[in-house]
Amino acid sequence: MQTKKIINDGNRAVDEMLEGILAAHPRHLRSADGSPRSIIARDGPRPGKVGLVIGGGSGHEPTFLGFVGKGLADAAAIGNVFASPPPDPILECAKAVSGGAGVLFMYGNYAGDVMNFDMAAEMAAMDDIEARTVLTTDDVASAPRDQRQKRRGVAGNFFIFKAAGAACDRMLSLDEVERIARKANDHTFTMGVALSACSLPQTRRPNFEIGADEMEIGMGIHGEPGIARGKLGTADAITDEMLDKIFAEMAPKRGDKVAVLVNSLGSTPLMELYIMNRRVKQRLDDIGVSTHATWVGNYCTSLEMAGASVTLFHLDEELQTMLDHPCDCAMFRAG
Amino acid sequence: MTIDTADLKRMFDTIAVAIEADKDRLCQLDGVIGDADHGIAMALGFNAVRDALASLDLAATEPTALLNTAAKSFLNAVGASSGPLYATAFMRGGAAVKGKATLADADFIALFQAMAQGIKDRGKAEPGEKTMVDAWQPAAEAAAAASAAGKTLAQCLEAALAAAERGAEATKDMIAAKGRSSRLGERSLGHIDPGGASAVTVIGAIRKSLS
Repeated sequence: MQTKKIINDGNRAVDEMLEGILAAHPRHLRSADGSPRSIIARDGPRPGKVGLVIGGGSGHEPTFLGFVGKGLADAAAIGNVFASPPPDPILECAKAVSGGAGVLFMYGNYAGDVMNFDMAAEMAAMDDIEARTVLTTDDVASAPRDQRQKRRGVAGNFFIFKAAGAACDRMLSLDEVERIARKANDHTFTMGVALSACSLPQTRRPNFEIGADEMEIGMGIHGEPGIARGKLGTADAITDEMLDKIFAEMAPKRGDKVAVLVNSLGSTPLMELYIMNRRVKQRLDDIGVSTHATWVGNYCTSLEMAGASVTLFHLDEELQTMLDHPCDCAMFRAG
Repeated sequence: MTIDTADLKRMFDTIAVAIEADKDRLCQLDGVIGDADHGIAMALGFNAVRDALASLDLAATEPTALLNTAAKSFLNAVGASSGPLYATAFMRGGAAVKGKATLADADFIALFQAMAQGIKDRGKAEPGEKTMVDAWQPAAEAAAAASAAGKTLAQCLEAALAAAERGAEATKDMIAAKGRSSRLGERSLGHIDPGGASAVTVIGAIRKSLS
């Protein structure tokens, strides 16, 4: 049986969504001339500033283009659903945001994205634009701790992009922006749990099967299987399981500060996210870690998948400064 | 046989039809260990190639230019992993026959080997890592061996297809080390790699159109 979706044509879904986004946010966003899949900040790129280009597949809205704006990313290259954009729209983003100080590519660590962004970086170099890359690898579930570089980038993108975008907006050098981006990635830890499948607009078929009383722990944001299948627990039990894994890596000390993101994978409602956040706060209080800021809602989704992720951003003074730096994007504002 | 650009266009058309027919199966295979879109991406790519080649003046186009057109149209329609991998395959295939107006059997074997090498280089994958390289590399080796033994192109491609089928089937017993399914570890065991499965479909269509 096909899933229900409000679409016109599965093959046109991404482009029609982009038309709607540009219609909704003309003050923040435009597409590059002749490249409708390259979304550029109206106010962001400027001479002497490192340009921040993010991107990846569609289906994760508001990731990626919701984070395009002054103080955050300068452009996002948009791919098909769950598929990396090809090199051309990435290159057009790089050209549009280059202010002569270099460009930083940031995106989740997936083989397809790496190949396409690397090809775009080679093409940018031929146009005398230096493009460097920082991959996000915040998904604790996707590889053991000693193989952090193999992990996926998921909802923690939010904090990592935010820190890098602030560094760019403060006119730091490409070296400094890159250093801060890598540090932000090293300080970001996400765990997710999925309760039901999502379906691609082209197939409208659930992309995996899961029992009525089951959850998948560590499910990827494209419906890739996670680390284990378990019985669906209570909100507190699920949150505890996620936090135990995150704490084991982050090694928080009494007096530390974190920022929290409780993110819906698509159809899990705010009610459930806030129930989870209640538990996150209790657990942080218990170990004497203070919560500097909290975001709860849809920040990195997986189409209509039910489920949620918890991300902790382990702050130090520098990262807190970057997090608090103002930004003004189509779907997110801070400071 | 002598292969001209009309034959190469027919080859791509045949691949597009075969992949379109196989789209749902490829998505289902990908759903088990990946994100369920491999059939969509492959169909999108080869349909874009078919459309791009339809607008070429074949009489005025050399094989290398045709393959570069195929590469660019595939890449820009798809992105994803299959985009760079197949685009690199076509570009390397084209580079292997640069300057030739038509292709002799040995030229096509060289093109086919360059495609496999291009996929391997772009994906930085080795055999045994549960990727399309597990189908493409043995297929290229089998075609080259058959060619060296003096077989016809049809026989070479028959050998390539048989080797690709064996290679793809063998991915069931492999733990993924590259691509999205690599995060699954042992849970990827028992499932055929969708990229290997689609490689068999592509190579099967090549054999069909050139035999």
